[in-house]
Amino acid sequence: MSTPPPSDDPVEPSKRLPVGAYLAIAWLVLIVGAAIFADFLPLEDPTAEVASLPRMAPGQEGLLLGADNNSRDMLSRTIYGARASLTIAVGAVALGFVVGGLLGLLSGYFRNWIGKVLSSLFDILLAIPALVLALSLVAVLKGGGVQDDDAFRLPTIWILIISLGVVSIPLLARITRGNTMAWAQRDFVTAARSQGAAHGRILFREILPNVLPAMGYIAILGIAIAIVAEGGLAILGASVDPPNPSWGVMINDGKSAMRDAPFIMFIPIVATFFTVMSLNYLGDLIRDRFDVRESAL
Amino acid sequence: MSNDPDATVLEVTDLVTRFSSERGTVNAVRGVSLSLERGRTLGVVGESGSGKSVLSRSIMGLMPGNASRTGSVRFQGEEILNLPSSELRRYWGQKMAMVFQDPMTALNPVLRIERQITESLHEHIDMSKTQARETALALLTSVGIPEPARRLRQYPHEMSGGMRQRIMIAIALACGPRMLFADEPTTALDVTVQAQILDLLQDLQRDRQMAMILVTHDLGVVAGRAHDIAVMYAGRIVEKAPSARLFAAVRHPYTEALLRSIPKLEMDKHTRLDAISGRPPDLVNVPEGCSFAPRCGYAQDICHTDDPPLQADADDPSHVFACHFPVGETPVPTPGIKVDGRPPRVAADDTTTPTTTGAGTTGATPTGGVY
Repeated sequence: MSTPPPSDDPVEPSKRLPVGAYLAIAWLVLIVGAAIFADFLPLEDPTAEVASLPRMAPGQEGLLLGADNNSRDMLSRTIYGARASLTIAVGAVALGFVVGGLLGLLSGYFRNWIGKVLSSLFDILLAIPALVLALSLVAVLKGGGVQDDDAFRLPTIWILIISLGVVSIPLLARITRGNTMAWAQRDFVTAARSQGAAHGRILFREILPNVLPAMGYIAILGIAIAIVAEGGLAILGASVDPPNPSWGVMINDGKSAMRDAPFIMFIPIVATFFTVMSLNYLGDLIRDRFDVRESAL
Repeated sequence: MSNDPDATVLEVTDLVTRFSSERGTVNAVRGVSLSLERGRTLGVVGESGSGKSVLSRSIMGLMPGNASRTGSVRFQGEEILNLPSSELRRYWGQKMAMVFQDPMTALNPVLRIERQITESLHEHIDMSKTQARETALALLTSVGIPEPARRLRQYPHEMSGGMRQRIMIAIALACGPRMLFADEPTTALDVTVQAQILDLLQDLQRDRQMAMILVTHDLGVVAGRAHDIAVMYAGRIVEKAPSARLFAAVRHPYTEALLRSIPKLEMDKHTRLDAISGRPPDLVNVPEGCSFAPRCGYAQDICHTDDPPLQADADDPSHVFACHFPVGETPVPTPGIKVDGRPPRVAADDTTTPTTTGAGTTGATPTGGVY
């Protein structure tokens, strides 16, 4: 995303958020709140068999969203699944944001060999299909075929955060690099230089605040993409370990009962869909809002 | 000019700046020498592409990676031309500072004014937060900004162009530089604000006894404000003289043409403005001989083959110019400057000329009229 052309529209854009924004925020607050406070909510154990029959339809036996193939409470699994999916997605993007953002700033600001080496590195990472890269990282970090129970292993959730985080690094780095290159040519950077500001000060105090909106926008889209990517890994059996739920794992579980009990698959899909759509929508709003501010200058 | 080493702030000798580009080497500054003493203002005048902005940045060392410079720049006696930028940082802000052309883009849009002023105070002088704030308040007051305490908390977009340029000046002056470069400081401003900003710069320069280089394309801006005026053309100084002397006894045909392209209040209505025909030479392939020759009404054969050196005027050695046939010396066969391919302006023709004034003018803006 580059700096948009200045708008000639003299009409002050409305400061009020559209209704959709409130709906999106409400959904995210609901999901994030439930995920954070899941332990305090009156929920069944998400890994325990609580229904008398598997694939219990929603509403029966007091199970609001029914039970899955293994008679586990779907409501509880959806909420604990949100916890896993969101932790992985946010963690992965946070990693990409910090590492990718830093590398992107450096590669956009130093246009010598540093910039060239770093941007080739981003290109190489981007050339590898994202899901393949993430899957190989998960496989390697989980210890592959090594059968040694004493060997140190990262918790699975960390493995997923790192794997998806590495995939998101070049994306955030490229966006940050492009924006940094544009801002670094502005007069105020030369002006700061003419006042004797050192590189670090110019990068982090002059350029970074201007690049942050674009990075934030991409990060929010990145969270949405990472949620979907976790689902992709789950289908390949590379997400959280059973019996723990994540949305991706739940969709994968529901696959086998698609004809008899489609709700098992449908519920986590709907949760994923609304979350991804809310994030994309809010991301677009943020972009528009910040573009307006830039062009008004 | 005195040779007292304390008084001479800046001494530039044969400065050459080249940029490597895809089209070839751009010769932006081609051998400029000048010196500047404390408390003096040098006005550098030229049209777009004459190298006047590159000159001030070359002297400061604010160059992009594809630039190369030769010659000598001595600041308070120390050679600074090829110092690495890590060394130059000691000079930037503290000893020399620059006021930029466009205050709309030279201020960081997302930082409060306070941060932008105090940044260099923290960087160079290691001031405490409250001290820096006090200094910033004093600076804003000195550049004539009312309600300075409120302004410190504001962002650039909350201010007018003139206000922002005052902020730029305050930032440049924060660490008390000995030398100020003002790179077209009023070009982006309304005419009514231009004079205020120029007066402010002049007052501050006098109070602080700074040396100042005032770069502009507008002779009206430097007239009466600069002690000396250097006229640049195609990367060279073609004429340099004390301000009053330049206007009284112009010697270079380019300067003369610039002066004639300024509209004057006593002109008749509908007078066609004398524009300089043609364009400045391509700095990638600078033609042989005098670079102004292709546009010069006085040009002879020698002008197209031999580049005239800078020579001192017989009457006043501080007046130098580079011309084979200086104005007012030898009677010339083809008088007058070519005016858009038409014969030179004739008085009888004036009133009947259509009203298309100012087309393609260079160096003439409305303030030129005050000259």
